[in-house]
Amino acid sequence: MATFKELPADAPAVAKVTNWFENRFPTAFDAYKVHMSEYYAPKNFNAWYFFGSLALLVLVIQIVTGIFLVMHYKPDANTAFASVEYIMRDVPWGWLIRYMHSTGASAFFVVVYLHMWRGMMYGSYRKPRELVWIFGCAIFLALMAEAFMGYLLPWGQMSYWGAQVIVNLFAAVPFIGPDLALLIRGDYVVGDATLNRFFSFHVIAVPLVLLGLVVAHLLALHDVGSNNPDGVEIKGPKAPKDAKGKPLDGIPFHPYYTVHDIFGVGMFLMVFCAIIFFGPELGGYFLEYNNFIPADPLKTPAHIAPVWYFTPYYSMLRATTDVMVNVLCGVIAIAAVVSLLGVKGRAKVAIAIGALIGIALLKTFDAKFWGVVVMGGAVVILFFLPWLDNAPAKSIRYRPGWHKVLYGIFVVFFVVLGYLGIQPPSDAGTIVSQVGTLFYFGFFLLMPWWSTIGTFKPVPDRVVFAAH
Amino acid sequence: MKRIIASLLAAVAFCSAALASSDGPAWDKFPKERVTNLAALQNGAKLFVNHCLNCHAAAFMRYNRLKDIGLTDEQIKQNLVFAGEKVGDLMTVSLSPKDAKEWFGANPPDLTVIARSRADGSKGSGADYLYTYMRTFYRDTSRPTGWNNLVFPSVGMPHVLWELQGEQRAVFADEKDPHDPAKTVHVFKGFEQTKPGSLSKADYDVAVADLVAYLQWMGEPAQNQRVRMGVWVLLFLAIFTVIAWRLNAAFWKDVK
Repeated sequence: MATFKELPADAPAVAKVTNWFENRFPTAFDAYKVHMSEYYAPKNFNAWYFFGSLALLVLVIQIVTGIFLVMHYKPDANTAFASVEYIMRDVPWGWLIRYMHSTGASAFFVVVYLHMWRGMMYGSYRKPRELVWIFGCAIFLALMAEAFMGYLLPWGQMSYWGAQVIVNLFAAVPFIGPDLALLIRGDYVVGDATLNRFFSFHVIAVPLVLLGLVVAHLLALHDVGSNNPDGVEIKGPKAPKDAKGKPLDGIPFHPYYTVHDIFGVGMFLMVFCAIIFFGPELGGYFLEYNNFIPADPLKTPAHIAPVWYFTPYYSMLRATTDVMVNVLCGVIAIAAVVSLLGVKGRAKVAIAIGALIGIALLKTFDAKFWGVVVMGGAVVILFFLPWLDNAPAKSIRYRPGWHKVLYGIFVVFFVVLGYLGIQPPSDAGTIVSQVGTLFYFGFFLLMPWWSTIGTFKPVPDRVVFAAH
Repeated sequence: MKRIIASLLAAVAFCSAALASSDGPAWDKFPKERVTNLAALQNGAKLFVNHCLNCHAAAFMRYNRLKDIGLTDEQIKQNLVFAGEKVGDLMTVSLSPKDAKEWFGANPPDLTVIARSRADGSKGSGADYLYTYMRTFYRDTSRPTGWNNLVFPSVGMPHVLWELQGEQRAVFADEKDPHDPAKTVHVFKGFEQTKPGSLSKADYDVAVADLVAYLQWMGEPAQNQRVRMGVWVLLFLAIFTVIAWRLNAAFWKDVK
């Protein structure tokens, strides 16, 4: 136990009260120091660093608005749609709460995608921050589950058929697929049982996991310290420090970054509120028009598209046709031949056998199954990023120019895949999304090789910072 | 495998069919300013209650919400509630779905949020669709009801506003398909009034605009309040952000 401090009798009342609490709950005071007033963050953060705190803000918005929505929402196939309209009409300010929640869902993905992209650009996943990145990827995965299950709750046509399509993907898993899909739905079709369990997962199970992961993400971050746009360690043994051992390139998170983030919050809220008040449907991207038609199990909509934040991955799923599977077989064969040239002895046999097994598996199971694997793999591969990147410089700033081009193409393909996932399938679209899918996986899987090539710029010893 | 190819091909074929149908007649632009005009909304409510609310319900909408468009409880009771409902009741109908299916071939959809659901990113808003739909009914003896519609071919609903609009005939011409000279396509050339209604064409357009304005408003009764509030919220946030920006600068001027 920490030592019990006594203040003189004439100390100010505020100090006495503070002292009373500090004596009884020192953990809170230590946590405030460790995570706020004495957490040293690099002083050269740029605008990309707003998105972490914004993600936290959106999480809070979602939880608080969610609490109020649950007070009025009815998780019942017969009344769910009506209860949402009841919230929109009869609950005082219900429309505002609901729009905050529906816009918040999309905003969450916007800020999280930008936050992840920031991490990729500045190598924030590199040693010693691997776990920070992995917790982050797990948050992303949990967020996808959360969004997917939440989308069923309004019980409109898109809710219903979107859930039907996604749950059917699980049915493509060999052997256990149909049982797995049945387990998820709780019925042979999406129905009341599905709605009830998705509601339960959406309001309690996944949010608990999400909160736990966010805490782990932040604790791990504060243990290893934040990266920065230069990818220079400010707390390492070689980093310059003042007489008290505080990093010279770091500043206390509070007040410097709290006040900085409040400014970011203001800018974010302007965009967020402009959407809520002037265009909550955002042209059908945030609230799909079809979802204003109550779910009808007998009427399949002409075009079922997931909400925009899933569409890059949905495109990859659709790109995985039989032709694509053959291309993947070819890719494995080429990869095997190339690596056979580079190794000797027993490894040769192992590579050859591995490649043959891979090709045999690809040809054994349905393309639909491999589509699901591709879609899942596109998310799972992110977890391995810390071990794929071998570049001598963490930050994109000190990497060769053509690395920047490659990162640029990556973003373009990601956006194009997202766009194509919204559109109805077309021949040209399928080919573009196949190229995009191959690029996406090539980008990551070949990273151990390409990330070391090129002329790197010298990384400075200290962060680059111009006083404001 | 073959199933996948087949379903993909079917999907592609289906999508081109869907695209072809979306090539259908362009939607007319609904005069948006009617949604903020209380007289228009009240007229629309009257048309809605008299002509639509017999087969179609608006089961998420309460009669007394009409107070938002300037009516009093008394006016609602006197003019808009017919079957002994209370003003706080929902706008339901007693038509059974089973009868409806038998009579029209389909259950008339609930109209509460119809204007929100009928939007199409490439063609216009739901109000544009409804505004076009209600003005493009035409006589077609091949249909069981004797009516057809330009933007909703083979529609189940007969033209309920025929007394106002009168009757019109659609003129089609067979033309060579520009994509395939061997084929001809059925091209819509215009309407021809065959029987006058009680309203002139211009007055009928205004009446439909009022009705659609009402449907648009009913889809989200808070919409006008939402936009009005939004202006103040953004003004507040703009000031907040400027202060936050200067506060940030004040703190950061010490950071060297």
